[in-house]
Amino acid sequence: MSENTPNKPKIGVYVCHCGTNISAMVDVEGVRDWAKKRLGEDGVIVSRDYKFMCSSLGQELIEKDIKELGLDRVVVAACSPHLHEKTFRTASERAGLNPYLTELVSIREQVSWVHTDKAVATEKAKSLVAGTVERIIHNEALEKLKVPINPNTLVVGGGIAGIQAALEIANAGFHVYLVEREPSIGGHMAQFDKTFPTLDCSACILTPRMVEAGTNPNITLLTWSEVMSVSGFVGCFNVTIKKKARYVNEELCTGCGICVEKCPKKVIDDVYEAGIGYRKVVYTPFAQAVPKYPVLDRPNCTFFQKGTCKACEKFCPTNAIDFAQQDEYINVEVGNVVLATGYDLFDAGRVSNYGYGRLPNVFTSLEFERMCNASGPTAGEITLRDGKTRPKTVGIIHCVGSRDKNYNNYCSTICCMQSLKFAHLVKERTGADVYEFYIDMRTAAKSYDEFYQRVLDEGTLFVRGKVAEVTDAARVPHEKGKLIIQVEDTLIGKQRRIPVDMVLLSIGMEPRADAKETGKLFGIACSSDGWFMERHPKLDPISTMTEGIYIAGCATGPKDIPGSVSQGAAAAARVLDKILQKEVELEPIRATVNEAKCSGCRICNNLCPFNAISFIDDLAITRINPALCQGCGTCVAACPAGAISGTGFSNEQIFAQIDGILMSL
Amino acid sequence: MNEYIFYPGCSMEGSAKAYYDSLNAIKTPLNMELHEIEDWNCCGATEYVGINLIPAYSLIARNLALAAKQIDGTNTVMAPCSACYLNLEKADYYMTERPALGAKVNEALGAGGLHYDPGSLKIRHLLDVIINDIGLDTVKSKVTKPLKGLRVAPYLGCMVPRPDYQRRWSDFEHPTELDDVLKALGAEVVDFPLKTNCCGGHMTQIGPETAYELIRRLVSSAEENKADIMVTVCPMCQMNLDAYQAETNRYFGTNFHMPIVFFTQLMALAFGKDPKEAGFGLETTSAKNALTRIGLDIPAVPAGQSVKKPEGLPMPLRKQKRYADGQKVSE
Amino acid sequence: MSEQFEPVIVGFTCNWCSYRAADTAGTARVKYAPNVRLIRLMCSGRMDPTFVMKAIAGGADGVLITGCHPGDCHYIEQNYKALRRFLLLRRTLKGLGVAPERVKLVWASAAEGMKLAHEITQFVEEVRALGPLSWPKWNENAIQSEPIKEAA
Repeated sequence: MSENTPNKPKIGVYVCHCGTNISAMVDVEGVRDWAKKRLGEDGVIVSRDYKFMCSSLGQELIEKDIKELGLDRVVVAACSPHLHEKTFRTASERAGLNPYLTELVSIREQVSWVHTDKAVATEKAKSLVAGTVERIIHNEALEKLKVPINPNTLVVGGGIAGIQAALEIANAGFHVYLVEREPSIGGHMAQFDKTFPTLDCSACILTPRMVEAGTNPNITLLTWSEVMSVSGFVGCFNVTIKKKARYVNEELCTGCGICVEKCPKKVIDDVYEAGIGYRKVVYTPFAQAVPKYPVLDRPNCTFFQKGTCKACEKFCPTNAIDFAQQDEYINVEVGNVVLATGYDLFDAGRVSNYGYGRLPNVFTSLEFERMCNASGPTAGEITLRDGKTRPKTVGIIHCVGSRDKNYNNYCSTICCMQSLKFAHLVKERTGADVYEFYIDMRTAAKSYDEFYQRVLDEGTLFVRGKVAEVTDAARVPHEKGKLIIQVEDTLIGKQRRIPVDMVLLSIGMEPRADAKETGKLFGIACSSDGWFMERHPKLDPISTMTEGIYIAGCATGPKDIPGSVSQGAAAAARVLDKILQKEVELEPIRATVNEAKCSGCRICNNLCPFNAISFIDDLAITRINPALCQGCGTCVAACPAGAISGTGFSNEQIFAQIDGILMSL
Repeated sequence: MNEYIFYPGCSMEGSAKAYYDSLNAIKTPLNMELHEIEDWNCCGATEYVGINLIPAYSLIARNLALAAKQIDGTNTVMAPCSACYLNLEKADYYMTERPALGAKVNEALGAGGLHYDPGSLKIRHLLDVIINDIGLDTVKSKVTKPLKGLRVAPYLGCMVPRPDYQRRWSDFEHPTELDDVLKALGAEVVDFPLKTNCCGGHMTQIGPETAYELIRRLVSSAEENKADIMVTVCPMCQMNLDAYQAETNRYFGTNFHMPIVFFTQLMALAFGKDPKEAGFGLETTSAKNALTRIGLDIPAVPAGQSVKKPEGLPMPLRKQKRYADGQKVSE
Repeated sequence: MSEQFEPVIVGFTCNWCSYRAADTAGTARVKYAPNVRLIRLMCSGRMDPTFVMKAIAGGADGVLITGCHPGDCHYIEQNYKALRRFLLLRRTLKGLGVAPERVKLVWASAAEGMKLAHEITQFVEEVRALGPLSWPKWNENAIQSEPIKEAA
């Protein structure tokens, strides 16, 4: 090994005491001396120890040796590389040595903190140092990749998080494509009546933002559209967007609404009205829709199904209805993507003992929001399923489909506050008695607990217990005609049967049904629950493992509106940061194909989840895109010809490390 | 041909004879061939498992071991009685999940020259077999006299949908299998909300008041929903709701008259069999009114036999046993 | 009195989950057997079966391969590929006369420090029970090899 390298490397070994963290269990001086003696023939020309290598004095030791002794490799034996590898690499860089020729091996987390016999621990530390020294001989000087950034951004999802991100980027002067799959932006927030804890009218605070997004010259609004394919990498994504046919010519449509009025066919609106209201076949989802252009629902349209009607076309004053309109495919180039695709709701029908879908007066939270909303199917009146009768008692069940091993294990965060909001609205509008059935009350943000106190003061009754059953089978006369909630009241230790008129189920949030597909489209992963996976749950909830793709809002996990807005703004800040830098630096841990050795067997082609590997047909070899490659090394291991090398973790490096670890001391 | 290794269970020969008779009446039209397990024994019902696990499971597993010897063309054991079905399935399940138990059970079986490898048999309930193997289309095709106008409340009972180790049923609380069969027969299915509620089980013996209340809830719910007749799949449920309905009426001062029969009996009627073949006439709460709705009548009860005049000298008086509540039963 | 046999085990960890798990074990000061020496790879998918061979030929008595739980791989699905290779490797080792139990695959997420420590200690005992591998060390001087002639 060392005989083959033309110049023997000049390696410096630095062993840290870390106060007494390492020195208490590892003979640091012994390792230091041993490294010089035993590994001197492999190139170790200096071996030092120091109390705190990460301190500026410690780093200066390294820098001095590089300058004065001409070190071309540095091995530091201290804490975990996840903590200080960057520190020492930067120090070396300052002294003029390529940072990738410096390695940090952990003898603290992996040795001194976990073993009890000093002699054995010291031997292990020596082995680990030897491993890294042997490895580093084969390290190459690597340069970070620089990729230019296209200043355009794609924001997928026109809910509050997406709108926030789009506005921030647009107001900074850069162009945004805002893609939304529904006919209008606004997302779930447009469906709510009031928002907790301020009881602001949801539409009132949302619509100004929607209008801003719709009129901002830097935002291209693509509603009733979906992303079809994504290729490329950070700085230059090529995205194909399908603009579904509205059957309305946007250039001619004035948004007057006559077509909607004249359309003779009504269908159940299971998107915006949550299935308890109706809409026409040609419709705008709600009055303040942005953009204002209606959409024609082809599968339900009499013209498309039977060839008759065409009332909308007849009455349109500007001739904007176009039955011949086709889906349009648009290609855009963007530098960054923000995914703010939002959430779906748990299917309450799965919990059959709550009777949703079987018992008429059991409603979900979203259905109730629509009911309370003044523009909803009951004009804001709280009624039973018959649309007329006011309930006299209402039961609100928390945690339906959440915090439940049978369905979703996680807490959906907002349902407690939402249930309290419902209790308040019911009391305000009907004066009915309200029971809330909870497991815990989660009211942890600003003004939330005060809202809870307020609802308590208003006289809502709270029962701590998970509801066993909602049934209409009355046992005693006063239960007749009611829905009976059977629950164990855990605070008094008794079973209770509480007759109510109406039951509201606070259903949990779930990731979008196609979240996994969306993730795959953009090359990001979903967690085991199905939410988009962030780079680090504590310190980096906005980035993903794929450079250039950011996530915001409920697509990453249940959260309230301020949370979504914050994340949308944070994603925008990240994107702006990248755009303003004009270039992005990528870690050079990548795979490359030695084209001379590649036989075109294509074994590696299917191994890359990042689509970095492509086969060049006319040359019959495989190539790896260094910007897309994430450096996992799977293809390196798979190549039978050894034609793929992984910088930073090459076969030579690892074999040498194995040799070093197993060498006799 | 749908072949099954058949485990009838004790009640088939006694209180659930109607179930047995009606099953025999419909098996030919449904192309079912039943091979009864040779020398089968009682499954232990619900009591034994609460007393001592190993003899209880050994008792059940003996049937499985005997059935395993009869595997030929089919390895599916079918039981019409819910308790028998659950016991057989439970034994098979726990012998797999708890190898120590399985080993001890096989040790016990070994004493009788038997052995059972858990998982080697499939255990299914009769209703499961009708829905999934035979299929509702076949059932529908055999209906010659649809039960039009008959309002039926499907009462599945608790042991079939729960605990459902093999996940064969659509829902734990409101499954639709029995409803679907009744619909296929042309009957009007009543939306009966208590279809998997407890019938009281053996509480009729050890805590009658509790049982009466549970029976009352079920029968009154069926009545409120204007059912003409209830059907069930379990001999225990049938017996409780049928034979103890009079007691329940006496206890509460109610006046229920809700007949409850086995679903196979309605299937037999729909297939054109006459009420006697379908096992009618044996029930305590007469199904006469329900049958009238579909133009049938219950079979005539055979006239009681006259008491024979004793001949010769009288025998000494035998001691009589008494139950705790004063009921007398002779030895 | 013979000393207890102390197996030497080489461990491969992935940068994102199992290496961090080892760090977590360290931060929590969980004590485990010192016989395992860890090598950091970016991903368990980088695991080339020749690494295992090299380790065994180099004197290791056992090899521990660790990675992210299936479904949690930082590079999305590469740990499945590691699993495939591992299963095939075990079969191959059997054919070479190496007890397949000497190579073990363990999934550990970054938070499972205790679990990893426990697995390491357990594996050390398992290898100890198998005894030393005593793979003959490759003696470079023992066999003269002809230099490979270039194809004409």
